[in-house]
Amino acid sequence: MDAILLQILNGLDKGSAYALIALGLTLIFGTLGVVNFAHGALFMLGAFCAVSLQKLMSVSKITIDPSQLDFLGKPLKVKTPYVVEWFGPKFGNAIIDWNVPLAIIVAIPVMLLVGYVMERGLIKHFYKRPHADQILVTFGLAIVIQELVKANFGANPIPTPAPDQFVGSYNIGALIGLDASYPYWRLIYFAFSAIIISSVFAFLRFTTFGMVVRAGMADRETVGLLGINIDRRFTIMFGIAAAVAGLAGVMYTPINSPNYHMGMDFLVLSFVVVVVGGMGSLPGAVLAGFLLGVLESFASMNEVKGFFEMLYLPSIDQIIIYLVAIIVLLTRPRGLMGKAGVMEE
Amino acid sequence: MKTISKADMRTLFFVAIIALFAPLILNPFPTESGWAQFNAGYPDLMQRFAIYGILAIGFNILFGLTGYLSFGHAAFLGVGSYSAVWMFKLLSMNIIPALILSVIVAGLFSLLIGFISLRRSGIYFSILTLAFAQMSFALAYSVLTPLTNGETGLQITLNDPRIFAAENISGNLPVTSLFGLEMRDTWTMQLGAWDFQFNIGYYICAIFLLLAFYISIRIFRSPFGMMLRAIKTNQTRLNFTGINTRPYTLAAFVISGMYAGLAGGLMASMDPLAGAERMQWTASGEIVLMTILGGTGTLLGPVMGAGFIKYFENIFSKINDTVLHGWFSWMPDGLENVIVWILHLFTGKGWHLTLGIMFMMIVIFLPGGLMEGISRIGKWWKHRNAKNNNTSHTSSTPAE
Repeated sequence: MDAILLQILNGLDKGSAYALIALGLTLIFGTLGVVNFAHGALFMLGAFCAVSLQKLMSVSKITIDPSQLDFLGKPLKVKTPYVVEWFGPKFGNAIIDWNVPLAIIVAIPVMLLVGYVMERGLIKHFYKRPHADQILVTFGLAIVIQELVKANFGANPIPTPAPDQFVGSYNIGALIGLDASYPYWRLIYFAFSAIIISSVFAFLRFTTFGMVVRAGMADRETVGLLGINIDRRFTIMFGIAAAVAGLAGVMYTPINSPNYHMGMDFLVLSFVVVVVGGMGSLPGAVLAGFLLGVLESFASMNEVKGFFEMLYLPSIDQIIIYLVAIIVLLTRPRGLMGKAGVMEE
Repeated sequence: MKTISKADMRTLFFVAIIALFAPLILNPFPTESGWAQFNAGYPDLMQRFAIYGILAIGFNILFGLTGYLSFGHAAFLGVGSYSAVWMFKLLSMNIIPALILSVIVAGLFSLLIGFISLRRSGIYFSILTLAFAQMSFALAYSVLTPLTNGETGLQITLNDPRIFAAENISGNLPVTSLFGLEMRDTWTMQLGAWDFQFNIGYYICAIFLLLAFYISIRIFRSPFGMMLRAIKTNQTRLNFTGINTRPYTLAAFVISGMYAGLAGGLMASMDPLAGAERMQWTASGEIVLMTILGGTGTLLGPVMGAGFIKYFENIFSKINDTVLHGWFSWMPDGLENVIVWILHLFTGKGWHLTLGIMFMMIVIFLPGGLMEGISRIGKWWKHRNAKNNNTSHTSSTPAE
């Protein structure tokens, strides 16, 4: 039982990253009808917001302390980050420690802006072009963003730790009479993604803006005829989708040190998630994200691997997602929750 | 039997001449000169030109004619490489059985994948092929390690069975050959300051390239090719006329898969190893880039795109900071450093950035690729000449 609980947690955790990226992809697809191959790059940009903030925080002032000597016998150069100098050692160090959560505040406006610029500057011109062109140009953009990040931050992963309080693990199994401890930060990641997902849904469901956007998704032309500037709202939705991907990236940094191709690694899986969930269906994307995450982690259990070994089959944990995607598309081509008429062609 | 038209014959002949004299044409700079690094006339690179040319021609048969954008073509390349290396391990170092097997295996593999993916079209198709390619990558990388040797990659060793090969007494790894003609054999011709290298492996690849090109011309001009174009133009209408398009698209998919298999087999024949990274989706992306860059749906475009990308990949990645400083040393120091710093982003290891930007520019401004660019220039030229003629013509008419 313990192992199963752990695998469910693992799966939900992986699934929350898939779900967040897939949600953004679906938002863009549902509103603008564009397949955004650069969405993984947006996820990566978010992660690098956290990295840049970390670098910025550690910008230090060098003072010479004559009372201490370094190993050469010269007065010791003491590096104090400016943040510490400004806010005092206690608060300053806490700020540096809480870099990743603070990066959220930075990432939201940055990613909104990136999304806005991307839509107005590039994607706008591709609405009337074939889907293949949209795929290709966003693919090219993804390469460019990725290479720019690589040129700036180097090719190696950059560790960005979580705040000290959240290092270590919490015995979540004890709540229901089991024994399963799980890293704090991963639990937070899951909770965070749940909050983001529900707030996106709430935004679309309960605000006037969201209502207009939903109406636009259903019938863009009519909404336009009613005198509403739907393009502007869709542009903002693009920004929001970029921000969701960016936030997923920011919070993901303590789990895996970010490197420049992390986005591409996630992108392919997120596409599969979107397709399994049903193109254009927001709940479908979220559901499929969590479902595939859980399936993936169950397939990597030793018991399951042993079972496959018994049948003289190789273990399938690496390919389960693709297998499921193929089966779903063959039996239910519209995806789990896809609506009729959306991207049938 | 109807043979190919005169214009196509001319194109084929043109490609053949280029391929035959490539070692001379691609080597315009003397060996000792500073420009020698821009020479492309060495065997390794020329082989890659030909091999990726085959790959892009094959991809173009699918994407250029039917409009189905496959993002998983590298899987067939990888499968071809693996089967070729297995042939080298089991039978002999002769490349013929290896190439035959790699084409057949890639064909079967693409039949399977195509049968499933072609149930959907549009983006679904792209994503399905992408998923399949990633799955094959995962299979080759870890799951099927006994067959593919995992991350190390499949290589030939001394104690492979090789049942048809003579016993190896030299103690060196055997080399790939075509009935005794070793692939790596190179004849160097020294002509003044130039060294021209004629490599057997390259010429084998070039022969296959010509063959591939000829077949693709035949497909383009055949009723089958017409049908594929009709699918691209309007599949729904075709369905309404009572035509089942599936067999046609599947045939195109399998043909282009076999092309990729041939390319993979040739790649393994030139250098007998096969690794999983050949199947990664970035590799598939590269194939798409080549075809788009050259011009989709044109005969010559994909070959040009492949050559273009491979050439610049080689050349740009060679330009490091020292070379840049050498070029701009005549400038004042500050300016020199600024320019080198800017160019540094785009050259050397940053070559992919150049590629990405170039690719975006092509997609945005020149959807027809380089071929469209050439034809636009041609049209502009003709137009200008016509105008000139016209003016002289009109100025002479009043005399009548």
